[in-house]
Amino acid sequence: MAPALPSAYLISGPESVLAERALAHTVHEITVAEPDAEVVRMYAAAYAPGDLGVHASPSLFGGQKVLVVHDADEGSDELIRDLVEVLPAATAGDVRLVVLHKGGPRGKRATDALRAAGARVIDAPAMKSDKDKADFAAHEFRAGGRKATSGAVQALVEAVGRDVRELAAACQQLIADTTGVIDESVVLTYHGGKVEATGFRVADAAMTGDTGEALRLLRHAIAVGVDPVPIVAVLAGQLRQLVKVGSAGRGRSAELARELGMAPWQVDKARRLLSGWSAEALGRCISAVAAADAEVKGGGRDPVYAVERAILTITTEHGAS
Amino acid sequence: MTVWADVVGQPVAVATLTQAVTNPATMTHAWLFTGPPGSGRSVAARAFAAALMCPDGGCGSCRECRTALDGSHADVDVVATEGLSIKVEEARDLVTLAAHRPSVGAWRVILVEDADRLTERAADALLKALEEPAPRTVWMLCAPSVEDVIITIRSRCRQVRLRTPSAQAVAELLQRRDGIEAPMAIYAARAAQSHVGLARRLARDEHARIRRHDTITLASRIRTVGDALGAASDLSTIATEEAAAAAAERDAAERTRLMELLGADPTARTQPPQIRSQLASLDKEQKDRAKRHSRDVIDRSLTDLMSVYRDALALRLAGGVPLINEDSRPLVASVADALSSERLLRAMDAIGTARERIGANVQPLLALEAMMLELRLG
Ligand SMILES: [Zn+2]
Repeated sequence: MAPALPSAYLISGPESVLAERALAHTVHEITVAEPDAEVVRMYAAAYAPGDLGVHASPSLFGGQKVLVVHDADEGSDELIRDLVEVLPAATAGDVRLVVLHKGGPRGKRATDALRAAGARVIDAPAMKSDKDKADFAAHEFRAGGRKATSGAVQALVEAVGRDVRELAAACQQLIADTTGVIDESVVLTYHGGKVEATGFRVADAAMTGDTGEALRLLRHAIAVGVDPVPIVAVLAGQLRQLVKVGSAGRGRSAELARELGMAPWQVDKARRLLSGWSAEALGRCISAVAAADAEVKGGGRDPVYAVERAILTITTEHGAS
Repeated sequence: MTVWADVVGQPVAVATLTQAVTNPATMTHAWLFTGPPGSGRSVAARAFAAALMCPDGGCGSCRECRTALDGSHADVDVVATEGLSIKVEEARDLVTLAAHRPSVGAWRVILVEDADRLTERAADALLKALEEPAPRTVWMLCAPSVEDVIITIRSRCRQVRLRTPSAQAVAELLQRRDGIEAPMAIYAARAAQSHVGLARRLARDEHARIRRHDTITLASRIRTVGDALGAASDLSTIATEEAAAAAAERDAAERTRLMELLGADPTARTQPPQIRSQLASLDKEQKDRAKRHSRDVIDRSLTDLMSVYRDALALRLAGGVPLINEDSRPLVASVADALSSERLLRAMDAIGTARERIGANVQPLLALEAMMLELRLG
């Protein structure tokens, strides 16, 4: 057994994309060092008491075993007990253990024991804020040996950031399909047609008071069949960010971004926009957008007009105070 | 103690139902129980089912009574939906069931707790069974109000209206049935606005009391646009987290059970298509349930928040009346001082609008933000 590898691994956290990556990486690392190793996967939902012990006992053929336990956070009491019991066999070097735990109190006895036994802990934290997603995308490009501008990362998170898995796939696609520096125009070529991207362009025009451009973009989007619902959602999200940044006071963008769960570029952008806005005006816009959402969701006869009216409210309120 | 003991504060309904039990001429095959949430629609329907099954007309202690009340009676089927709607497939199953004679009891009872969640197609499927009932089958449908039930259904049912019981009646029930001390019982009954289930929860669960307190104090705390958005975000986060926490363990257990049922190999990297589609539909059901639960939690918080403004208005207009938030009188007084009667009404309208919007699928956070903006003081 290569001395450098730990005998147990704990992949901890709810973000499945990260956990899967970590698992693939770990298994790869082990099988490179030990080409004969046999990987046995076990799932909490299908675990039969004693399975771990059976697999942990030395095999006749002497090949090293890697026991991968998925969903330990959903494990039965028996699975947790068996995990704790099989741990000494792992530390003794008979088997390697790789345990995936999404979080929560269940199975904590096993994760505590793993940590105490010196398992290598790999975190797979939830990616909730746009900052997390931007960091992730930037890391993806770096890992793929590519240079990406912050504008490109921003545009990508806006276009496909709602789903981490989609974001990861989009990064891989850009790395594979393009050459040179990845900038905003490259991202827009690939993902500019996304509803969210349209929503952001409409919102950008509206929040700077550009009525003509905002309405033109909206009508164009509707004409090509874009659903108004996500456009309203983006308008609400942008107004919300302005209020948050406006209420948070001064401080450095990076710190503020962390505190508010936003990306630094979003804080900077909000700050630039805020010069044309008062809190009261933003409040009135949010009320107008909420009314538009109600109409779009079926309360009104003309959903497109409802969105147009919300946009007009925004462009009128801009700079009014 | 008869089966009617837990049907609190409903003398008219109980009289109608006991008469139907004792006098066959007044019995009918389809009943619609209506009343505000917490008024005990399902409790009344179960009591009625027990009374029909019991040889003594609802003694409350025999086997028939006990099993009918707890839903384990072989001839009493309780349909409680966890999803947002009752689908046509489920309705068809009920129709098949309704055609069968009772196995042991005098009647076959089919109790649908959320008849307001029947989809139009599901309601259509039920129609024929309601029109031409099997001789010993009784349908009991429950809904908040008649308007919530599709007209073709409701026109074929006899309606039993439940009213909101008095706080006093609910407090007595909590003391008698749940052994809760009098002062706590009356606080909980008032704070829950006579919603029996909520009152019991408030009386028993300190966490629920703290959360309610946090919610109502929002009324005195929101001043700026930033405060309003922060408060909206708090309410929405709490609801989502509570729904997720309630669901986590059950969702995993359901998935395991389904895999076993289908004979699926959980270690397989990919499942065969028919198993995948079943898992996907379970997943969707679980998401619907979480969504509904989180909406219910928000709705409850809004009821709590609304109570502060109702109390404040009562204080301004009619002093001396007992308050819903009797235990938080200083808070109510400060809101009554800060806002005119007109502003209080506007605040209540804003809360009502938010509830309607959330009911109509507006993003809950956005609906709450617009509402909180209207609740600012000053
Ligand atoms: Zn009885």
